[in-house]
Amino acid sequence: MRNLDVKDVKAVVSKLCIQSCCYLPEEVVTTLQAATINEESPLGKEILEIIMKNAQLAKETECPICQDTGLTVVYIEVGQEVHFTGGDLETAIHEGVADGYIDGYLRKSSVDDPLFLRKNTGDNTPAIIHTTIVPGDKVKLLVLPKGCGSENMGALRMLKPADGVEGVINFVLETVRIAGPNPCPPITVGIGIGANMERAAELAKHSLTRSMGEHNPNPKYAELEAEILRRVNLTGIGPSGLGGTTTALAVNIEYAPTHIGGLPVAVNLNCHAARLAAVTL
Amino acid sequence: MAEPKKITTPLTDDVIKTLHAGDSVLITGPIYTARDAAHKRMTEALSRGEKLPIDVKGNVIYYVGPSPEKPGQAVGSAGPTTSGRMDKYTPTMIEQGMKGMIGKGSRSQEVIDSCVKHCAVYFVAIGGAAVVISQSIKKQELLAYGDLGPEAIRRYDVVDFPAIVCVDCYGNDTYKDGLAKYSKE
Repeated sequence: MRNLDVKDVKAVVSKLCIQSCCYLPEEVVTTLQAATINEESPLGKEILEIIMKNAQLAKETECPICQDTGLTVVYIEVGQEVHFTGGDLETAIHEGVADGYIDGYLRKSSVDDPLFLRKNTGDNTPAIIHTTIVPGDKVKLLVLPKGCGSENMGALRMLKPADGVEGVINFVLETVRIAGPNPCPPITVGIGIGANMERAAELAKHSLTRSMGEHNPNPKYAELEAEILRRVNLTGIGPSGLGGTTTALAVNIEYAPTHIGGLPVAVNLNCHAARLAAVTL
Repeated sequence: MAEPKKITTPLTDDVIKTLHAGDSVLITGPIYTARDAAHKRMTEALSRGEKLPIDVKGNVIYYVGPSPEKPGQAVGSAGPTTSGRMDKYTPTMIEQGMKGMIGKGSRSQEVIDSCVKHCAVYFVAIGGAAVVISQSIKKQELLAYGDLGPEAIRRYDVVDFPAIVCVDCYGNDTYKDGLAKYSKE
């Protein structure tokens, strides 16, 4: 058994919020650079260059890459040998988010009641926390700030098993076409296939925690990722949706066993600022 | 790319008529920020017969909810938000005399028709280029709805704010043009 004070979790979450909002992961920058070379539209090329310049300026000044610093999605993998001390773990995570968003001059975008009052909570809490228990005595924390421009364009559909691979591809392409310029392309397309309704959505979101350039370890799914990426980039939507050949930077699929009668598919889009930061305690 | 056109606010019909979908522009002058909650309040005020907290005649509204400015900064990160969420309120705002909008993303046919009918223009700025864009914002002043925080109405004094004409007063939409040109489906 290893004791871990929740104060350490709080401090780390706060740092990860600032880091993820202000520093674009290097793999994303590298992918954007490669896309700039291949982009066929001159305006598209110029937009990709501005996006990279923006990331560089954000890093130099520790300012948010985008003003929409999102709802804060926090993934925590807890080793089952860990014993948390000093308070309640979830409260510590929320407090870490509040500290990070206040100290880091990040935008507070969370409203309490979604339908009637819509009053800003003032500190970007509550975070959306996904907890998994894993073997070992480590704790891994990953912060994924998710803006609403891209989040609003996601979709979920309960396909029939007979719809098969083509059904999945068509649903993803339909979602990307409807999204058009709104999710700030070039996007990352997160796809969850299988399980049930809520798990498919969780898989789609979780696929966005993958480092850019990594593929699904199952070759069949990796091949499908490549095929969907190719077809998304044929849509012509392009950088900022103003036309071009770079509509997506990556397609990430996660899958899980499902019911004999079902084929749930969820699509969660991410903007070009594919922000995340992680640390293991 | 063609040299961007320099334009100043408030916008006149004569200037708007020279703007065509796809043109790059650099905007200088005052612009006003408002997004979802401010638009809701403004249109509710109008429906009660009240005056708007700002005079929108000839003016440009920027759909933005900035991040807080750090000490010494004129403004925090301030890129465009998705304009389509304002579609419901936009024809009313154009009828009030608003001449320009800056945001990102597609607009409804009603908004495009309203731009044609009342000689108005919709510009897009690059979504997620918030730090680059904020360099063109020199000064801000809170004007109304301060309780809305990032959604309050502010005046931004901008110099060479970079944008692209998306919907012109002739009803053209640069998103449709771009898609037609690069789609390989």
